[in-house]
Amino acid sequence: MVLNTRALLKTAAGVGLAASLAACAHKGPPPPADTGPPPPPPMADNGPPPPPYTGPSQAPVGAVPGSVQDFVISAGDRVYYELNADSLGAEGRQILDNQAQWLGRYPQVTVRIEGNCDERGTREYNLALGARRAEFIKTYLIQHGVAAGRITTISYGKEKPIDAGSGEDAWAKNRNGHTAITAGAVGGVNDSGQ
Amino acid sequence: MRHFIVAFAALLASAFPLALTVAHAQPVEVQINKGTLEPLPIAVPPFSGADARTTELGGQIADVVSKDLERSGYFKPVPASTFPEKTLNVNIQPQLAAWRQVGAQALVNGLASIDADGRLRVDFRLWDVYNQSQLVGTQFTSTPDNWRRVAHKIADAVYKRLTGEDGYFDTRIVFVAESGPRGHRVKRLEIMDQDGANPAFLSSGKETILSPRFSSSNQQITFASLTKDAIRVYLYDLETGRRETIGEFQGAMAFAPRFSPDGSHVALSVERNGNTDIYVYDLRSRESRRLTSDPSIDTSPSYSPDGGQIVFTSDRGGSPQIYSMSSSGGGAHRISFGSGQYTTPVWSPKGDLIAATKQTGGQFHIVVMHPDGSGERTLTSSFLDEGPTWAPNGRVLMFSRETPGAGPRLWTVDVSGRNERLEPYPGGATDPAWSPLLK
Repeated sequence: MVLNTRALLKTAAGVGLAASLAACAHKGPPPPADTGPPPPPPMADNGPPPPPYTGPSQAPVGAVPGSVQDFVISAGDRVYYELNADSLGAEGRQILDNQAQWLGRYPQVTVRIEGNCDERGTREYNLALGARRAEFIKTYLIQHGVAAGRITTISYGKEKPIDAGSGEDAWAKNRNGHTAITAGAVGGVNDSGQ
Repeated sequence: MRHFIVAFAALLASAFPLALTVAHAQPVEVQINKGTLEPLPIAVPPFSGADARTTELGGQIADVVSKDLERSGYFKPVPASTFPEKTLNVNIQPQLAAWRQVGAQALVNGLASIDADGRLRVDFRLWDVYNQSQLVGTQFTSTPDNWRRVAHKIADAVYKRLTGEDGYFDTRIVFVAESGPRGHRVKRLEIMDQDGANPAFLSSGKETILSPRFSSSNQQITFASLTKDAIRVYLYDLETGRRETIGEFQGAMAFAPRFSPDGSHVALSVERNGNTDIYVYDLRSRESRRLTSDPSIDTSPSYSPDGGQIVFTSDRGGSPQIYSMSSSGGGAHRISFGSGQYTTPVWSPKGDLIAATKQTGGQFHIVVMHPDGSGERTLTSSFLDEGPTWAPNGRVLMFSRETPGAGPRLWTVDVSGRNERLEPYPGGATDPAWSPLLK
């Protein structure tokens, strides 16, 4: 009975995950337009496929290399977890590879990894679960060449959902690890902790 | 007539699914029915006063007493429109036959006055209407601005005399007040009386407050505070308003604090390198000791009333379940074996039960079980019920409930699973913690 329920949830969450990745891409600024400066080579090689741009046209033509915006666009600042999971699949690892490469190019940048959970758990357990998620990302980045001293971790548990909804799609988005730049980015950092 | 009082008390102390009705014929007899417990009809007419001010206070005190008793689920106030006597002299036996005519089985009357020192004095009587006898006659004296506490103490005295169990009305709740949209919730520490009166913020809203708890002295609160880059445990002194961090955990996350029953220690969770374990912090020596050291999540500790055991949440078996161990660490064993996930265990002040949040079938439930995990009963079910806390008499639980699209609210439920009610506090709120009885 439990296993059945879980399997069902997992399937549903998987569907939500795909939707959330697209939605997340929409949330950020659009990819650089053809007329903008060319993106750094590693991004062209390893970055995620640029999502179709459907959002409002409010972003600048291209991100300044080494800026927070550049990190968000060319590496991706958020990875998504499956239900109750504390490790990542291939898609998430790809984003972490991008992050490690980007951080390798800008060694003065420091980051805080924030672990987040959906609302389908109790507060304190989710704080601990978010910490596990953040630690997974930290370990991964260290293994891929980022100095440990540049990384701090925190869990926000279920306290800071990025999607205010209540449903599988929202929960899939809210199970995430966010890599927030805390210092050293070109153009400065506005560290709001979200 | 004494029969109904004794039987009522016996009922409360006995198995929960039982129910009773009191027959309206002499001799009074008790019938055990299935399904419903008939609340005891009680009349609480306005207490009389010596002048306009005390007459007004007398009316307010009777109102608070009546509402306390009504919310417990064990009493049904007789409507004021049917009162056979409008003004009652506390020194004269009421016309109990007339009160019996309107269905009252118990009657509370009283007198409010201000003494020569400016202090409020409230005399009250509890009457057995059928037996035409006085059951309680007491007075309380306090400052006039403390009149609500006087009313709660009267309600506690009535409750105790008629149910045989200690009352819980002269208590407070510390909780997290929530406002603002999801994702940008402002979560402040707040305190109020158990009936929602006298709410007062204890934090500014710049930090996210989580899981406050009272000490047994009622003078201290411990809670966790989350900022963008840290989560720490604090002590807050209610008398001085001073707060301090506890424990030196070198940048590690510290959360889920709970006082030991004697108030000398705080058990809490400390996270290092992704692993969360339970520690205990000695408030006198200011030293901490690690109680669990497995590679899984161990959190949400709760002491047994005698201080000898700690129940906690752990996913060492693959999913979150409830475990029990010695309060010095060691001997951890799983006690929850139902289908689903179990978290936030809280030991009843009476010691007989453990309440917890259970997640199964896409719903959240407040459940209770014996300390060995047997006899599990589900008290509530909803989209998101979480974080039960016990009234000091171990008969009522408060918890938070959130429905999609609406903010979280505080609810109460009797340990029998009956009498589920929205707490009078009107705002968004989570993480309630019930104080011990005030002194």
